[in-house]
Amino acid sequence: MQNVEIATIRAEPIGETATVYAGDYLNKLSGETIERECRQKLIAGAKKLVVDFSETEIVNSIGVSILLGVIDAAQDAGAEVVFSEVKSETQELFEMLGLTNHVQLL
Amino acid sequence: MQNSQKLIHTFGALAELGSEVAQKQNFQEMMRTSLHLLLGSLAIMRGGIARFSRFGHELNMLVVRGFSEEFPLSLSLCYEDERQFLVNGLYPIEVSQAKVLPFFQIYDQSFEKRRIELLIPLVIRDEIVGVVMLGEKANGEPYNNYDKDIICAMARHVGVAIAQRNLMAELERRAEENRRLYDDLKTTYADTVKAFATAIDCKDKYTEGHSVRVGKYSEIIAEELGWDEPEVEGAAVAGYLHDVGKLTVERNIINAPYRINAKESAELSKHPSIGYEILLPIHHPYADVPLAAKYHHERLDGRGYPDGLIDREIPYIAKIVNLADSFDAMTTDRPYKRRRPATEVIDDLSRNAGRQFSTDLVSAFMRGMLKELHGESKNKRFRKLLGRDYMETEGLAPLIAGALNDIAPTTHLTATHDH
Ligand SMILES: [Fe+2]
Ligand SMILES: [Fe+2]
Repeated sequence: MQNVEIATIRAEPIGETATVYAGDYLNKLSGETIERECRQKLIAGAKKLVVDFSETEIVNSIGVSILLGVIDAAQDAGAEVVFSEVKSETQELFEMLGLTNHVQLL
Repeated sequence: MQNSQKLIHTFGALAELGSEVAQKQNFQEMMRTSLHLLLGSLAIMRGGIARFSRFGHELNMLVVRGFSEEFPLSLSLCYEDERQFLVNGLYPIEVSQAKVLPFFQIYDQSFEKRRIELLIPLVIRDEIVGVVMLGEKANGEPYNNYDKDIICAMARHVGVAIAQRNLMAELERRAEENRRLYDDLKTTYADTVKAFATAIDCKDKYTEGHSVRVGKYSEIIAEELGWDEPEVEGAAVAGYLHDVGKLTVERNIINAPYRINAKESAELSKHPSIGYEILLPIHHPYADVPLAAKYHHERLDGRGYPDGLIDREIPYIAKIVNLADSFDAMTTDRPYKRRRPATEVIDDLSRNAGRQFSTDLVSAFMRGMLKELHGESKNKRFRKLLGRDYMETEGLAPLIAGALNDIAPTTHLTATHDH
């Protein structure tokens, strides 16, 4: 089960920009894989992290925590974080919680 | 509208945390999930959960998120800190307001660097079990009372989980200790029994090892009867100790190289009752041990001693030991006669099944022997006790199989194919 989830996490580096797909595993402990993926991209020199939410219906507290981990790591590395294709309800949540102070929404 | 969504988000996390803690799963994973839920519910940038060690008076980090590598993994507490934490209970302490406590003076720089704003002592049933540390909120706003209430409720779940974990560890430790104590006792008992058996056998130089062998044969019979492990052990002990009464019988009577006379015989025949007297006051894990000693010379047909009991009056364990005892008498050299051939012994056993010996016991014993001859038993106990040549007597296996058929025809069913 967990292996399948990990295998479906996609990350595509384009120059200094790396894209990761949040999927729905973001909301579980297995979502930590996304965070690790991002850290690796940052170490590899990515200056921009794009988190793609096109396949993400909702984001729960675990998901928020993992995204904060991504933001924190990016800030430490001096990189920018972009959230793309965020559903409107999720966007409202991000705004309310203040995540939007730290990321650019696309 | 906005507020209600926030509430749903936050309480969703609280509910999930509750069920997380209720599920018995990997403690470390549970702590990681709990920290995610805590941080995610209010969008807190970083945080950690530490467990309190009463012995070292220190907080050891269980999980952290966003703490840099230089952040200490173990933080020590002074008496003053502990006292203040206990008074405070589960309510969040503002780090900036708590600088009077030694703890916050010592770790001031570490907290400053990672912007730790709140510290929640996890006090469960008047005991500190750990702390939660929280960094700043993602929206940059200070923590309000609403936030603190939520944090307090979630921290309680985490605290309970740690307390439960501590309790389980303590229980496991005690159970382990108990088990070890019990094992020690059992070993002591077993050692004492064996020492006794050796002492009994020492007295009788012609029947060296008799008690030990009777113990082993009794064990085999009990096993074949399908008894539980402790009961099998009890049967072995009964066998080891059955002749303990001989310790008081004069040595030259026991070792007489001739058939003893009536007076001597009367002396020797006291050994079951004396054995019973010796064994009765000892606290055995198996209640039947003294009875086995007392009645191991009784016979089913009432021609035994000391009481001439018949079949159903004789304790079962005594019947087992009697069979084992008789078998050893027949299969070892005695001062006045050589051991008898295996085939003759089997004939004797089956002839006396229902007279001297209980039929089901004879068949159990023979089954055990047959299993070994057919290579179906792990340890070759009969071979060790009787010698290889003896067990390889020609035609022994078919003889036993035949005897088994004669005395207990229903014991083994032979599978046939339907035509
Ligand atoms: Fe005896
Ligand atoms: Fe005996």
